[in-house]
Amino acid sequence: MSKNIFVYCEITEEGHVADVSLELCSKGNKLAKELGVDINAIAIGDKLDNIADEVSAFGVSKLYLAEDKKLFPYLNMPHSNIVSKILQEQKADIVLFGATSIGRDLAPRVASTLKCGLTADCTSLEIGDHYVKKTDTTYKNLLYQIRPAFGGNIIATIINPDMHPQMATVREGVMKLEPLKKKVKPEVIKIDVNKYVSKSDFAISIIDRKIEAQKVNIKGAQIIVAGGYGVGSKENFSLLKQLADLLGGEVGASRAAVDSGFVDHERQIGQTGVTVRPKLYIACGISGAVQHTAGMDQSAQIISINNDSEAPISKIADYNIVGSINEVIPKMIKYYRQNSK
Amino acid sequence: MSYRILLLAKQVPDTRNVGKDAMKSDGTVNRVALPAIFNPEDLNALEFALRVKDQRKDAEIIIITMGPPRAADIIREGMYRGADKGVLITDRKFAGSDTLATSYAISLAVKKLAPFDMVVAGRQAIDGDTAQVGPQVAEKLNIPQITYAEEFLGFSKNKIQVKRRLERGVEILEAESPVLITVHSSAADCRVRNAKRVMKYKYARTEIELQEAAEDYIEMLESRPYLQIKQWSVTDLKADVSLLGLSGSPTKVKKIENVIFTHKDSTTLSSSDADINKLVKSLISSHVIG
Repeated sequence: MSKNIFVYCEITEEGHVADVSLELCSKGNKLAKELGVDINAIAIGDKLDNIADEVSAFGVSKLYLAEDKKLFPYLNMPHSNIVSKILQEQKADIVLFGATSIGRDLAPRVASTLKCGLTADCTSLEIGDHYVKKTDTTYKNLLYQIRPAFGGNIIATIINPDMHPQMATVREGVMKLEPLKKKVKPEVIKIDVNKYVSKSDFAISIIDRKIEAQKVNIKGAQIIVAGGYGVGSKENFSLLKQLADLLGGEVGASRAAVDSGFVDHERQIGQTGVTVRPKLYIACGISGAVQHTAGMDQSAQIISINNDSEAPISKIADYNIVGSINEVIPKMIKYYRQNSK
Repeated sequence: MSYRILLLAKQVPDTRNVGKDAMKSDGTVNRVALPAIFNPEDLNALEFALRVKDQRKDAEIIIITMGPPRAADIIREGMYRGADKGVLITDRKFAGSDTLATSYAISLAVKKLAPFDMVVAGRQAIDGDTAQVGPQVAEKLNIPQITYAEEFLGFSKNKIQVKRRLERGVEILEAESPVLITVHSSAADCRVRNAKRVMKYKYARTEIELQEAAEDYIEMLESRPYLQIKQWSVTDLKADVSLLGLSGSPTKVKKIENVIFTHKDSTTLSSSDADINKLVKSLISSHVIG
């Protein structure tokens, strides 16, 4: 039986392989080397001539292509039926999806069809064994699917001993994008789409698509990077946004920053804004007036970045970094990228 | 024939507002400090269902929840806000079910309530954040799904129109019934309790709750059938036990590590590379970030 790894390659609006999918090819390639198996990819959409080239630096052996103009934009049923059938036919052992609105829509449906397990939003994937004392059985080379659970308060390692394939979704930016030096074009296998989908799979139709920004939800954020008057300008707030995006958090602000027009009112934290209690609160250039701290002092951990080591915020912060945000934040970004898996 | 909407909802521990009191000194979760609540996105889903009902006066909303007996609380809460009926799926044999086994149990309850026009659920529950049960129920029912729904736009002849939230934009989808919809947190907040409905439904009870109730109470319930919350076990659902609980769950938890929140006194750091690197490393190793 083949033990191959499959990656579902998501296709962007512009017709390219999404970064998250290439990151998963990188990770999948490493896992495949460890297991001594091949890594294959599935791409579904319209006009996919460029895809074989785009995955060529990621060690993909076989690329399964389902091309048809009705397969773009993404629709759940046609895509899940195609993916499920390919995985069944090829007896896939590990399958990776991006934890995007497409991957998180598609993967559970595929898992239900294949009656296998699926672990959402993994932050790390490793290969390891599992011993069951009761039956004195050792399962070799399982996929350890590691993810936060219970609102991020525990880290769980999930395995699927018996029922395979082992499937996981991973958010963008979690795995490293590591193109190989040597590009090798994969063998392309074109799928006869009409054999894989039926008319009833198109029961839902897309009548419009448009770019529209989402409303902010800082109350629900686990990590908040907040800025005060000390951030200095609207432009400097983009630094905060970079850090927040990287950590999967949101940008917040003190009233002084909002009143200065650095940032929109909907991000205001404090007495006249919202009250937050995230896992981590990074206060940048915030002095720590009571009106602000009333809205965030219950955060589980607080880091303050401030030029003034005596600012009131230092009394409630777990860590006080004395320095300017223009110096400290780029360093945090750099070392996070270096140290995270 | 009324327009039947089935709402899948879950009672969850409130993991969102994990403040300092919600963590014990050893860094583990203090579950007592986390109240059991109506899963937030399931409330968005309830509002979605109520907005459908606003346009279809013949609609009825039935809440389905799976959990321990006390999960009946969220059925009552849903009734106060506009749901018509409720079903509690409860049985010790469900314990340890992962999303695949859970979706099997829920799909049986949904089939038992057929015919239906729409199944609505929150996108995901905050205790697991998997967003899997909705699509897996849809697959088992062999009906199409619309996930990440943000707004019910209305009926267009027999079809419904729904706005779906994506990373970079929105999609307007049109679907025939029956369809399963999961609702995103960016959708409208749920309307508040209605005082008349609270008076009407505050005595709604499941069978288990009735066993502890007084005699006169039971008489009142018999004369007012709308106060009976249905309660279904594995037997009622005619479920295959091997597909439930641990045996029906492909995923197993191998290991659990607690996220460590240290409450040391405040530490002052410089902006040097060494200091920042050390801080970031310690945040990653304690799982606060990464």
